[in-house]
Amino acid sequence: MNRYDVIVVGAGHNGLTSAAFLAKAGLKVLVLERNPWIGGAAVSRELHPGWIYSNCSYVCSLLRPEIYRSLDLARHGLQIAPYGGGLTFTRDGDFIGGYADKDVRRREYARHHARDADAYLRYSRDTMRQCRFIRSLLMRTPPDPASFRLRDLREMLHLAREFAKLGETTMGDTLRFYSMSIADYLAEYFESDIVKAHHAGSGIIGTALGVHSPGTAYVLLHHYMGDVDGQMGSWGFARGGMGAVSQAIAGALQAFGGEIRVDAPVARILVRHGQASGVVLQNGDECYADVVVSSLDPKRTFLRLMEPGDLSPDLVRKAREFKSRGSSGKLNIALDGLPTFPALGRGHPLLAGDMHFLDTLERFERAYDDWKAGTWSKDPYLDLLIPSMTDPTMAPPGKHFMSVFVQYVPHEVEGRDWTEADRAAFRETVFDQIARYSPDFRKLVLHAEVRTPRELDQEVGLTEGNIFQGELTFDQLFFNRPFPGYAQYRGPVRGLWLCGSATHPGGGVMAAPGANAAREILRDLRRPSPVPEGWSDD
Amino acid sequence: MTIPREHYLQAVFPTPFHPRTAAANTLNVWHRWRDYTVADAYFDVALEYTALRNACTVFDLSPMTKHLITGPDALAFMNRLVTRDVAKVKPGRVGYTVWCDDAGQVVDDGTIFHLRDHVYRLCSQERQLDWLLGSAYGFDVSIVEETHDVAAIALQGPTSCALLKRLGLAQVETLAPFGIRSYAFEGGELMVSRTGFTGDLGYELWIDPELAVSLWDRVFDVGQVVGVKPMGTLALEMSRIEAGFIQAGVDFLPADRAIRADRTRSPFELDLEWLVDFRKGSFTGRRALLGERTRGSRYRLVKLDVEGNKPAKDAFIYDRRRRNVGVVTSALWSPAAKANIALASVQMPFGAPGDELWAEIYYQKELKWSRFMARCTVVEGAFFNPARRRAQPAADC
Repeated sequence: MNRYDVIVVGAGHNGLTSAAFLAKAGLKVLVLERNPWIGGAAVSRELHPGWIYSNCSYVCSLLRPEIYRSLDLARHGLQIAPYGGGLTFTRDGDFIGGYADKDVRRREYARHHARDADAYLRYSRDTMRQCRFIRSLLMRTPPDPASFRLRDLREMLHLAREFAKLGETTMGDTLRFYSMSIADYLAEYFESDIVKAHHAGSGIIGTALGVHSPGTAYVLLHHYMGDVDGQMGSWGFARGGMGAVSQAIAGALQAFGGEIRVDAPVARILVRHGQASGVVLQNGDECYADVVVSSLDPKRTFLRLMEPGDLSPDLVRKAREFKSRGSSGKLNIALDGLPTFPALGRGHPLLAGDMHFLDTLERFERAYDDWKAGTWSKDPYLDLLIPSMTDPTMAPPGKHFMSVFVQYVPHEVEGRDWTEADRAAFRETVFDQIARYSPDFRKLVLHAEVRTPRELDQEVGLTEGNIFQGELTFDQLFFNRPFPGYAQYRGPVRGLWLCGSATHPGGGVMAAPGANAAREILRDLRRPSPVPEGWSDD
Repeated sequence: MTIPREHYLQAVFPTPFHPRTAAANTLNVWHRWRDYTVADAYFDVALEYTALRNACTVFDLSPMTKHLITGPDALAFMNRLVTRDVAKVKPGRVGYTVWCDDAGQVVDDGTIFHLRDHVYRLCSQERQLDWLLGSAYGFDVSIVEETHDVAAIALQGPTSCALLKRLGLAQVETLAPFGIRSYAFEGGELMVSRTGFTGDLGYELWIDPELAVSLWDRVFDVGQVVGVKPMGTLALEMSRIEAGFIQAGVDFLPADRAIRADRTRSPFELDLEWLVDFRKGSFTGRRALLGERTRGSRYRLVKLDVEGNKPAKDAFIYDRRRRNVGVVTSALWSPAAKANIALASVQMPFGAPGDELWAEIYYQKELKWSRFMARCTVVEGAFFNPARRRAQPAADC
């Protein structure tokens, strides 16, 4: 009865995606989820009656359209509504608006700085060049550069070809790009602090690095390489919150005959004679399969769910050293009405966009300084959205749901666990910043969910609360993700696989890691794979 | 112009002539030209085109990107920027030019107006402030964009000079092609240049936006008897292809916008070799262009006379019907040349003068689509190039 072809640990979007493709390939698949709900960090929950929160991830762009189509997610109810642009408030009562319309946006930039308005075109071009290169790698398994197997050599050749296609100038830029800081990258284009600050957030979201830290330029790509229906770099809301993504994938999985069990925390991954053989749940139940796929990060998978004796000391060390420092928090707020932002006035179109409050790079760096000192930023970077401006299902008519992403927030406060007083003080810090630009905000608050890295760790299962399941730095990317020698989704014992965001191509609600893992599993099982190729973009 | 915070409320601006162009636009068809809305057509594309070649027309070109370049190093800067020798563009003269990136690929084309010593206006298709300022490091120049501060109309066609005479512009007929002259106009300055994008006799009139409407009114008052009509972008497009003029974003991709490698073109590849002056000293792209001259180009832009009467819009170009060697970038049936004409970008060595190429043309009649291969002849020179365009003094009709 408890015998399956495949057991997937964790019903986050990647676990579900892997499971769905494996079920589509005809395998008998079981997904085990420890929470009473599915979705991992792509989840919608009603914590205040009448309000739906996108509790963790809150906007959608990266979800691979090939997967969307191949799993028929539209038929399973997933609908993405793009929202238009965003803005950064300035301390002098003005703002810079990243309007969706390109000519209006240019004019808005010109309102602040004439040259930067035109430089934005160059910036977009160069960023798009980088995005195109990385997009060509998303739905592929990274080659092992140290291997001489035919398949790795062939994949290295593919990589070299894609690279050569960039042309000389872009090849040079690419080699620099991966080690640059977002501040240095922006300085190559922009002169004004406000334009730089408006673009800097994308380099540090979810990342325990500052705007001047090398490697943050790359993080930018994780916010530009997606699209909504071909609109590159565009972001949207999943109708019904991000849980709608997980629900749709789960719908596809179930349509293919897959099974999901919630309230079923896994205690151990069973290994017999060097071969994964199933799992034992915390309630003692055992489930068996020759293929066990963990969508958890490598720390949880290898250090908590496995017997150290089943692993090599080297692997244990790599898992321990894997960087997944938490740096982000979130407030989900039920509002009694729409707050006003005097700088914008009523009815401004960017009230439906993403709002930011740091207008200089110096404020960004100081926000990071607080995190390094072991506390949350006292002047934090917020990515604030009011999804109910776009999606009427999130709150009752006339009421609103506000999603506030906060950078930087530590996993522990000055080396100790978070206290209730800390959480309250953290909430006040964020409220203060919002209230500075929206005087009536506070009195509209009906309920607020406070999420620090601690909750992301304990409730969602992201170790130390890293939203990408491991930092997106070059030492942990591509053939190094999660670590060298393990980037092809295969675990350290036969039949054990990884499929979460800690594998290539990394974090964000992209579903590519789950799909890529499914393709590799089917390859080893010598079964035809329904996982789609990436769409070409010449 | 200072941009108000509320500019988003009117995402697309009216041009300074809008009160008049809106009234004249009986078809109410518009499109967006960067920050502004302009008329596609006013009453009938074919009749507007006919008015251009037969009498004269007014086209609102206010949205054209304009930069003012001033300072002691203005000439040195311009010569570093563009491929031709700007020293040869004397004060009161206009020169067509292109400028390139380091790889010798065309960033944009445009016109240099040498307004007076050390003062140039550069008109371009694309936004260029970032590129210009990036090129100006180390030069004592000031560069500002003045797109919003200068209104302009193109008055083009055989009776355009007659109209300007009726407007009271003394001796305007003696203005040579590419010459500039200024006249007093209602307390302001009306700058007239004998330039245009139609390949015909014609002028461009540059004026303070405040005076734009009265200029329009005066032109149409005195112009009735010489048959002046407003003309939209669709008729302009017909005339510029007949003249063999290329357009950024249509016949070539501006190099500073190209995301993919190998999508750009050099001046040689756009049939603009005559604009490249290696003797004038250093300019951006010089080294790469010297290399290309030695090595040879990858493409060439050709003018094609296409068999039959079906416009070859977007057609693939074949060598002897088999190998795809290029693509048509602009095409139409030319009423002036009475020929089916096209501009095409083809791989070298194809498309030498007199070569025969083939265009794969798709067309539909009453929703029935057909395809055929049309023989094309590579021709030299503009498809339409009337003597009146160059005549001095300019004729009345």
